[in-house]
Amino acid sequence: MKRRTAGRHRLAAGGIFWSTLRSLDHTQRFLIVLLTLLGVFMLLPIVYVFNHAFKPLQELFLFPPTFFVHQPTLDNFTELFSFSDQSFIPMTRYILNSLIISAVSTIGMVVFGALCAYPLSKHPFPGRKLIFGLILVSLMVSVEAMGIPRYLVVRQLDIMNTYWGHILPILALPLGVFLLKQFMDQMPDELIEAAKIDGASEFRVFTAIVLPVVSPAVATLIILAFQTAWGNTETSQLFMQDEAMKSWPYFVGSLTTNLANNVARQGAAAAAALILFIPNLIIFLISQRKVIQTMAHSGIK
Amino acid sequence: MSDSVQELLNHPVAGRQSKMTSKLQPALKRTFRQIWKYRLSYLFMAPFLIVFTLFIMIPVLSGVVLSFTYFNSIEFPKWNGWLNYQNLLSQDVIFLKHVIPNSFKFALFVGPVGYVLAFLLAWLIAQLPGALRNWYALAIYAPSLTGGVAVVVVWQVLFTGDRTGYLNNLLLKWNIIQQPIPFTIDPDYLMPVMIIVTTWASMGLGFLAILAGILNIDRQLYEAAKIDGMGSRLQEIWYITIPMMKPQMLFAAVMAIANTLKSGQIGTDLSGLSPTPNYAGQLFNDHIRDYAFTRLELGYACSISIVLLGITILFSRMVWSLLGPKEGE
Repeated sequence: MKRRTAGRHRLAAGGIFWSTLRSLDHTQRFLIVLLTLLGVFMLLPIVYVFNHAFKPLQELFLFPPTFFVHQPTLDNFTELFSFSDQSFIPMTRYILNSLIISAVSTIGMVVFGALCAYPLSKHPFPGRKLIFGLILVSLMVSVEAMGIPRYLVVRQLDIMNTYWGHILPILALPLGVFLLKQFMDQMPDELIEAAKIDGASEFRVFTAIVLPVVSPAVATLIILAFQTAWGNTETSQLFMQDEAMKSWPYFVGSLTTNLANNVARQGAAAAAALILFIPNLIIFLISQRKVIQTMAHSGIK
Repeated sequence: MSDSVQELLNHPVAGRQSKMTSKLQPALKRTFRQIWKYRLSYLFMAPFLIVFTLFIMIPVLSGVVLSFTYFNSIEFPKWNGWLNYQNLLSQDVIFLKHVIPNSFKFALFVGPVGYVLAFLLAWLIAQLPGALRNWYALAIYAPSLTGGVAVVVVWQVLFTGDRTGYLNNLLLKWNIIQQPIPFTIDPDYLMPVMIIVTTWASMGLGFLAILAGILNIDRQLYEAAKIDGMGSRLQEIWYITIPMMKPQMLFAAVMAIANTLKSGQIGTDLSGLSPTPNYAGQLFNDHIRDYAFTRLELGYACSISIVLLGITILFSRMVWSLLGPKEGE
């Protein structure tokens, strides 16, 4: 019984797929073939990350590395968990740290960025060119040179070994402001003026009109902000002496780099890399779908 | 509201009054009044600007100051004047002979090619029916999503230097070459391999922004153009798509410049050697990292990054003058 319904579901899904395909014109079909070939090639790293995590030890060390796992096993995951059981800090603590840090800083990056982009795009206040110029220039600075001054600032603020020490230094995301401003520039000013004539306050204009219109850009920014925050190892390395405050990618990094010659932990590292990757994937899929849906439905362009 | 009208109301005879003293004061007053008028705008920007100042502006400015010093991260920095810059531009053979040509070669290929590809792929995906777009976007963005590690492994399988590498294996089988080529170690091949791999991985943020920009364009514009007799897809792209998404194109271009000039480490990742063989894959950032973390000459490293910053700003100004909003737009 169960199997039959499953089969029917598959059939229905397949039906939708084929009917979509049939409705395409020739150019679209050609494009699909072309993009599929390219897409498969581009997807290789994801395929690799998934397969790698389930490889038994002897397969992990094949050279050249193989893509597909031949005898999948869960050993790497059990090893990762038992390894962290023996250590002083449980693995879940690192993951929890990272989840807290990434959630708060992603929200902060997007909210701060949007709040800053709106006046930059729509208000002719004095100093606007200067501020936007500074933000643009800061996009081009390489982080290598900023390490020591940043350390001093964090120490002055007395936020070492706290979550703030993780969150505050990465909160200013200049490219978020730039991205959102570029999308807001496309909004017609009349829309905002009309709302103001109707008596809406600046803040209400911002939340009720500007943000919904640029929501595709916001969704794009969420992908990027989360990726930045989730993958960040710099703050753990520089500002956290307390092991219990360090982040998950830092822990994964220490598994792979310090123990490059340690055969035993390669499997744990492969499993950890998968766990490191999955949140990025989920955020991307949700946000990107949002981009495409809002585009399809939004009336104001 | 027009400010000049308000100004005339407030200072009906300001221009005609006396010459020197009253000229500056109204100007100052005017500025303050302007600033006060827009206090809400500043309030909106305040949260960002505070963290921006603390964690970006102050560190960058101290970087500029440090670039004029000798600083080894242990002792207090010693003032050096222009010495670092003089050495960089006249003594540093590696920088002049390898880093600069490498970086420009790398950026000139990866930047424009990656940019055009990002636009092309985003446009192709936008032509697909909605339900499929998400998955193709995921595929194209995949290399940026997985980060550096997997990217290098994927290409190492292909480019491994002995006959077990896929590419060598194929070339040997087809009798194109007699000896396997050590692609990632041979100085002659390293740079092309770096360019290919980086271009493949460069469909990141610029691609997403362009895709969102293309999807944002009102479909009615295309229909109107069709009625007016626009024939080909190419005309559509040139006369509707690109002009309608100028802000996103500009964003992608500036990001492409900043990211390609800022990239580094890829040569080391691919060849497994640092520095890369014969400095064939040494880029700006590798040079900075070398001086900052290996030789601990932080003042010198800072002066390299300031030079890099100058070059990047120069390039993006060029792009800005091409794509940026013109007066009156």
